[in-house]
Amino acid sequence: MYVAVKGGEKAIANAHRLLADRRRGNRDLPAIGLDQIVEQLALGVDRVMAEGSLYDRELAALALRQARGDMIEAIFLLRAYRTTLSRFGYSRPIETGEMRIERRISATFKDLPGGQLLGPTFDYTHRLLDPSLAGDEAIPEGERISVDDASPPPRVSALLAEEGLVEEDGSVEGDHIADITREPQDYPMGRDGRLQSLARGDEGFLLALAYSTQRGFGRSHPFAGEIRIGEVEVELDVPELDFAVPLGRVRVTECQMINQFKGSAKAPPQFTRGYGLVFGQSERKAMAMALCDRSLRAGELGEETGAPAQDEEFVLSHCDNVQATGFVEHLKLPHYVDFQAELDLVRRMRAVHEAENETAEDQREAAE
Amino acid sequence: MTGEPFYNFAYLDEQTKRMIRRAILKAIAIPGYQVPFASREMPMPYGWGTGGVQVTAAIIGRDDVLKVIDQGADDTTNAVSIRAFFQKVTNVAVTTDTGAATIIQTRHRIPEHPLIDGQIIVYQVPIPEPLRFLEPRETETRTMHALEEYGLMHVKLYEDIARHGEIATTYAYPVKVEGRYVMDPSPTPKFDNPKMHMSPALQLFGAGRERRIYAIPPYSDVVSLDFDDHPFTVQRFDKPCALCGGDDVYLDEVIMDDRGTRMFVCSDTAHCDGRRSEGHVGKQAAVEEARR
Repeated sequence: MYVAVKGGEKAIANAHRLLADRRRGNRDLPAIGLDQIVEQLALGVDRVMAEGSLYDRELAALALRQARGDMIEAIFLLRAYRTTLSRFGYSRPIETGEMRIERRISATFKDLPGGQLLGPTFDYTHRLLDPSLAGDEAIPEGERISVDDASPPPRVSALLAEEGLVEEDGSVEGDHIADITREPQDYPMGRDGRLQSLARGDEGFLLALAYSTQRGFGRSHPFAGEIRIGEVEVELDVPELDFAVPLGRVRVTECQMINQFKGSAKAPPQFTRGYGLVFGQSERKAMAMALCDRSLRAGELGEETGAPAQDEEFVLSHCDNVQATGFVEHLKLPHYVDFQAELDLVRRMRAVHEAENETAEDQREAAE
Repeated sequence: MTGEPFYNFAYLDEQTKRMIRRAILKAIAIPGYQVPFASREMPMPYGWGTGGVQVTAAIIGRDDVLKVIDQGADDTTNAVSIRAFFQKVTNVAVTTDTGAATIIQTRHRIPEHPLIDGQIIVYQVPIPEPLRFLEPRETETRTMHALEEYGLMHVKLYEDIARHGEIATTYAYPVKVEGRYVMDPSPTPKFDNPKMHMSPALQLFGAGRERRIYAIPPYSDVVSLDFDDHPFTVQRFDKPCALCGGDDVYLDEVIMDDRGTRMFVCSDTAHCDGRRSEGHVGKQAAVEEARR
């Protein structure tokens, strides 16, 4: 009888026990270790770190395992943990020009100082399922060669900037850099806040938006000026010390898109840039981010606007998958009070509608 | 990575609480105005009450007595979950008794039992902007509020009357607070709107995903928008609660079988239980009693 809404507490506890059971799966199989996830599902771990905005491979692996491989759930877990961590300072800007490069390509020059370095890429692999990967076939160890750390390959944007052909890095107005995790979102947003939002934005959403600009919704013509993946040093200024303290290295993917720009009253004709920077190895995300960043600059550069990817409020209010999934999935929560109110209204409106129809019918019959 | 993570009283760190309290104070100072705040990720999803949870976490003290309801009921899954969260991170006393609570966190209802001086009701808000579905842009709606430009809302209500003969908004029915800001009362049924007017309790609204807090101070003027010739009315049920026989309460419709039998019962479970323990018996409850 009327017991359906009682016992929520017990139902929740039972549901979570079942979840734990399903997460573990067949007990005859060994449990998957966090180190295995970190090592063998590294790009999944990278995505969780990037969109979770927390650089910790082991915690990201734990989140992935706890989430049964559900990316957004894992990202959410990491975010919810991150927000409880105390903030003891802001690091110095990382210097991607001094990256220890594992991959570095440019689509704009055939050859350039530092050369093209393919690195561990899926590019040019034939997408044929490889049955040998179903087992545990031995993979030969790679060969190590030493590189000259003292003169890292210069960034392509720096090479072009020498002639003034491409806009410069620019600088932040004032000394305050936005922190979207500590300040409420406010539009129009500065580029600092925009880039932060995009960096933790959903890969799929940004990918689709970036794609839309290529297909003509806010057309821009980008060249992949440079994509580089590798490790950079993170340094912190400590008040008592007169040198920056190195905290460790993080792996990042950086993408510099170069876009045509005919010039306007405000700026001479020169190439403009869209910028993407993501934790870990995620070229797709970094490229999509760079395209979106450039699209969002349409207004600032005096270009025509109106496409979805050029609409700051639209893009930035909807790119966070933790927010998006929460609100979409909240429809699972009970809404029967509101539904009751709507039921009542529809019933009354139907009654009125029926009565009116009957009156009209009667009048027609009388007229005939 | 091993060991229990340490969490502060009420989960949020004190700096964050201070930031939220500032937003709350500003909200109380400007009734109905949406104050932006730096909403945090919470351990429950956005859209599941994170705004209300942050407001409650910022104001709760060790001596508070907390009541959490969803759809008027204390035992709906999300209410259970939020109450359990606060028990875990604050260890404060909890209650289902509206009169005994000092803080009531709610989703979609205001309790039937009148709130009193000193109580605080915290609403969970999904979309704080009453103008959002007329104008999706935050940049626009903020200007409209600043200029007190609410014509669009009146046009919408008028169009409802022209098309349907009445204002076809049954919940989240817009109100004007202290003659200035048009405010979304959260998706409570309009049945509850009159309870907001001149309420002795402090009413706080938290929207976590949208990063807004707003408030109605005690004894504030809260008027549901209407027209002289189409005054605001609330829905009335043509039968009393089947369990407690209560009149003038908001009812849930429960489907009893696949032959169209319906039962209408109090949405406010604490109110219903209270009346039944006082000896009130509704029609269905009498039938079940007889069967036993």
